[in-house]
Amino acid sequence: MKKTKILVAAAIAIVIGGGILWAADHIDAPAVTGQATDITDVYAFKGANASSRVFVINTQGLLSPAATSTAKFDAGTLIQLNIDNNNDNVEDLVIQAIYDGTNMKFYGPAKPAATGLKSQLEGAVTASVAVTPYTAAVPVTATGTNGMQVFAGPRDDPFFFDLNQFKKIIAGTASSFNNPGTDAFAGTNVLSVVMEVPVSLLNASGGKINVWATTKKKI
Amino acid sequence: MKKSCSIFLIAAAALITATSCKKDNTTAPAATVYYMGGDQMARPAINTVFVDAAAKDSFNNALPTQMSGLFLAKFKARLAALNPGYTTNALGQTADQLAGLLVTDVLNVSTTGTTTFFDGTNVLTGRALADDVIDVELILLFGGPDGKSNPGLTSDHVGANDKAFLSAFPYLASPW
Repeated sequence: MKKTKILVAAAIAIVIGGGILWAADHIDAPAVTGQATDITDVYAFKGANASSRVFVINTQGLLSPAATSTAKFDAGTLIQLNIDNNNDNVEDLVIQAIYDGTNMKFYGPAKPAATGLKSQLEGAVTASVAVTPYTAAVPVTATGTNGMQVFAGPRDDPFFFDLNQFKKIIAGTASSFNNPGTDAFAGTNVLSVVMEVPVSLLNASGGKINVWATTKKKI
Repeated sequence: MKKSCSIFLIAAAALITATSCKKDNTTAPAATVYYMGGDQMARPAINTVFVDAAAKDSFNNALPTQMSGLFLAKFKARLAALNPGYTTNALGQTADQLAGLLVTDVLNVSTTGTTTFFDGTNVLTGRALADDVIDVELILLFGGPDGKSNPGLTSDHVGANDKAFLSAFPYLASPW
């Protein structure tokens, strides 16, 4: 009990000093909250094809069904997957997605002209897919010239977490999670970009890569 | 030359681009469009939990190679505040080792084997849709060496998504 109190007190101190804690990365970026550049989650996994890897970048979280029906990607926002294939945490390849008002256009995997904070579109479009409408019964997918499969559009937010109970614990009004908990992300959507990429395009060394997602605004 | 110039003028008229024969092959290169600023993320909930509000935007604009230098001390302090009783975790990591791992926010992905955040055997080889990443992080933060300390804080008891994932591309479920 005493230990819990210490924990809670520490957590309260964090809240006072650090604002409300959100998760996973939903609303973690004060400068971009509520904008097309707000990333909610990144996933990387082996899908149906064992010789490919699937990368998911979700944006614009906590969309209600009504909000989803009008949510749009932003033509001035570059959504980029950064790939480090020699374990130095510098991007050796990027896959870029940018919306042109109708389609999501993909570039790469390509070696970027320059690494770091400032990016430009790299090379030619390698894949393009119509953004799946909210009301579509079947997701629209496409396969690029390099064999990369792509999707862009609204999806159920795959993230699950009892965020509200976590906030109560942090606020000191609860000392533990409930069993069962309540998924605060149930019934909400995100705008997703999904890419299934042949491993042969990733130039991995030692059978592993490091990835991170960035969104960047046109300057 | 003259003939080719005349021919070119006809072409130029059609294209409405060139203004003289001597510049027939030169067109101004399109200005490169640049993009910067915005959001950044790899592992779930790292920025949200470990970075204070004032620094969240700067963490989002720190290169992964800079993160340890800029934020390691903050991560250690935050871990100590979150769990003052931290000794080691189920992976045998000291507080400094865990903070050091998490501060460089990249997602490690196996291109040859199992891809999971943690499945009891494989650690940080990806992040699958169904991975209960919050429980993994809670256990590593609060669970102690055997994962059993602070039992009220090591699981949120939400173990799965509210919609079934698809077995084929694009894998994520249709929207609500």
